[in-house]
Amino acid sequence: MSAGITSSGVTEAAAVTASVAQATPVRKTERGDSFGGKQLASWALPVGLIVVWQIAAQAGWLSSRILPEPFAVLRAAWHLAATGELWVHLGVSTGRAASGFAVGGGLGLLLGLLTGTFRQAETLLDTSLQMVRNIPALALIPLVILWFGIDETSKLFLVSVGVFFPIYLNTFHGIRSVDKGLIEMAKSYGLSGWPLYRDVILPGALPSILVGVRFALGLVWVLLIVAETISAQAGIGYMTMNAREFLQTDVVLVGILLYALLGKLADVLARGLEKFWLRWHPGYQ
Amino acid sequence: MMQNNHVETTEVKQVAERLVRGVRVSAKALSKSYGGREVLKSVELDVKPGEFVAIVGRSGCGKSTLLRLIAKLETATSGDIAFAQDEHPPETRIMFQDSRLLPWKRVLNNVALGLPKSALPSAAQALRQVGLEDRAGEWPAVLSGGQRQRVALARALVHDPELLLLDEPLGALDALTRIEMQQLIESLWQKRGFTAVLVTHDVQEAIALADRVVLIEDGRITLDQLIDLPRPRARGNLAFAQLEEAILSRVLQHPASAPDGTLGDISLQKSVSQVQWAI
Repeated sequence: MSAGITSSGVTEAAAVTASVAQATPVRKTERGDSFGGKQLASWALPVGLIVVWQIAAQAGWLSSRILPEPFAVLRAAWHLAATGELWVHLGVSTGRAASGFAVGGGLGLLLGLLTGTFRQAETLLDTSLQMVRNIPALALIPLVILWFGIDETSKLFLVSVGVFFPIYLNTFHGIRSVDKGLIEMAKSYGLSGWPLYRDVILPGALPSILVGVRFALGLVWVLLIVAETISAQAGIGYMTMNAREFLQTDVVLVGILLYALLGKLADVLARGLEKFWLRWHPGYQ
Repeated sequence: MMQNNHVETTEVKQVAERLVRGVRVSAKALSKSYGGREVLKSVELDVKPGEFVAIVGRSGCGKSTLLRLIAKLETATSGDIAFAQDEHPPETRIMFQDSRLLPWKRVLNNVALGLPKSALPSAAQALRQVGLEDRAGEWPAVLSGGQRQRVALARALVHDPELLLLDEPLGALDALTRIEMQQLIESLWQKRGFTAVLVTHDVQEAIALADRVVLIEDGRITLDQLIDLPRPRARGNLAFAQLEEAILSRVLQHPASAPDGTLGDISLQKSVSQVQWAI
C-alpha cells in the first residue's frame, strides 16, 4: 500500500516540475474567471449526498442502527462538543498526528537531503531505505506492539514510519531534479557551499518536497486511525471504538466524519504552504 | 568618400581612447575530446584586451565548447588558456542561450546573485542600464524572453566583468528584439571596455558586433576575419553586405558535418523558437 502511494508521489512531483516550463498566463486568467463556480461545483456532490441520506433516513429506508440520519449525527457531535469530550479526543489525536509528522517527516527530509546531495550517502543508505519502503507500515503492527507495548510510543512509531517515506522519496527526487543549468550558472557566479544550497538547490527541490508533504499529511490520518483502534485511552479512534461497543452508530459516524474533516484541513494547510513558498511558480499563482 | 574616411578616423581614435578594462585571452594548442571524439583540434586564439570577437560556425563545430573552456566550465584535454594577469583569475561572466534566471528570486535579487546585500543599489543601477528598473520586483516567470535576457545581461554586468562570454544569448529571440539587444550589448561594451567573446550562428550578428569574426569548422579555426567597419554598423551598408556574403559563402563551402547542420535547419529552429516565445 505504502509503496503504491509513495511511487505515485514521485510521478506527480515529476509532473509538477515539468509544468514549471509550460504554464502560461492564459491558464491563470481562465482559472480566475471560473474560481467561484468551481468552488461551488466541488461541494455539490457531498451536499447532494447528505440531502439524499437525510431523505432516505426520514422515509424509513435506512434503519438508524445501520445509518442514523444526518441530524442525529449533528446532535451527537453537538452533545460531544458541549460536554467537552470531543475536544479532548480531538486534541489527543491532533497531538499524535503532529508529533508523528514532525518526527517522521523531519527524518525523511533530513535523510532525503543527505542522500540527494551526497553520492556516498546515497550508495550507503538508499538501497536499504528502498527495501524498507516496500514493507507496509501497518504490517509492522505486531512487531510494534511487541517492542513498544500499546502506549503512545507505538502510535508515534507507526505514524512516523508511514510519513517518512513519501517525504524522503520526494526530497531525494527534488534535489536530484534541480536544473543542472541553474547550478552551473550559480557556480560560475561564484556561489558554492551553503549559499549555493540555500539559493539554488533547496528552492529548486521545494515543489517536489511539498508534494511529499501533501502525501504524508494524507497518510498521517490513515495510520492514526489504525493505531488508535489498536488500543488507546483517548483520541478519535478510541471514541469511535468505544461507541461501537455501545452501538452508538451516530458517534461512530461523528468520528469518521472528523477524520475526513481533519484530512481536508491538513490538505488545505499543505496547499497554503505551496501557495506561499511557490508563489514564484506560475503553476501556483 | 572623403567624408567617410574622416568619420572612420575619428571612430578609430574613439576606440583608442576608450577605457579598456578587458583582459587578454590566449588559447594555445587547445584540444578537447568527448568519449574519444575530438571536438576541438589544437585551436590557437588570441583575443586582445577590450576586443570583441565573434565565433561563428555550423552547429556541432565546437564553438560552444571553446567558449565553455574559456569560461572554465570544462577542462581542456590538452593545451591551455592563459589570461594576461595570471596572478588572479579575471572576472569572467557568461550569458547563456536560456537566461538561467532563478525563478524563485525576484528580478532585482537575480541581478544581485552572489553579491552581498549592500550591493542591491548597484544591481538596481545595472537593471536601469538595460531599461528594466520598473520590473525589479517581478518574478522572472512573467517576463518575456527578451526581457529575461536583458536581466541576464544586467546580472553579468553588475560584477563589472573583465571578460564577458556570450553563448548564443540572442538565439531564441525574435528578429526585432535581437537587433535591440545587439545594440544594447554593443553600447555597454563600448562604455565598459570589457573583452567580449560571442558565439553565434548568425553571421550578420557577428559582423554587426565584432571587431573580428572567427570561423570554426570541424574543431579548427579556418577563417579569422578583421571587421574594419565604423560603429554603429548599418546593416544596409555595402561593405557590410559584402563581408556578410563572403563569410556566409565561406561557411557554406564546407559540407555539412551532420544532416541537422544545414543552414535551412538553423533558420527553421529560429522560427520555431520565435513561436515558442510568442505563445
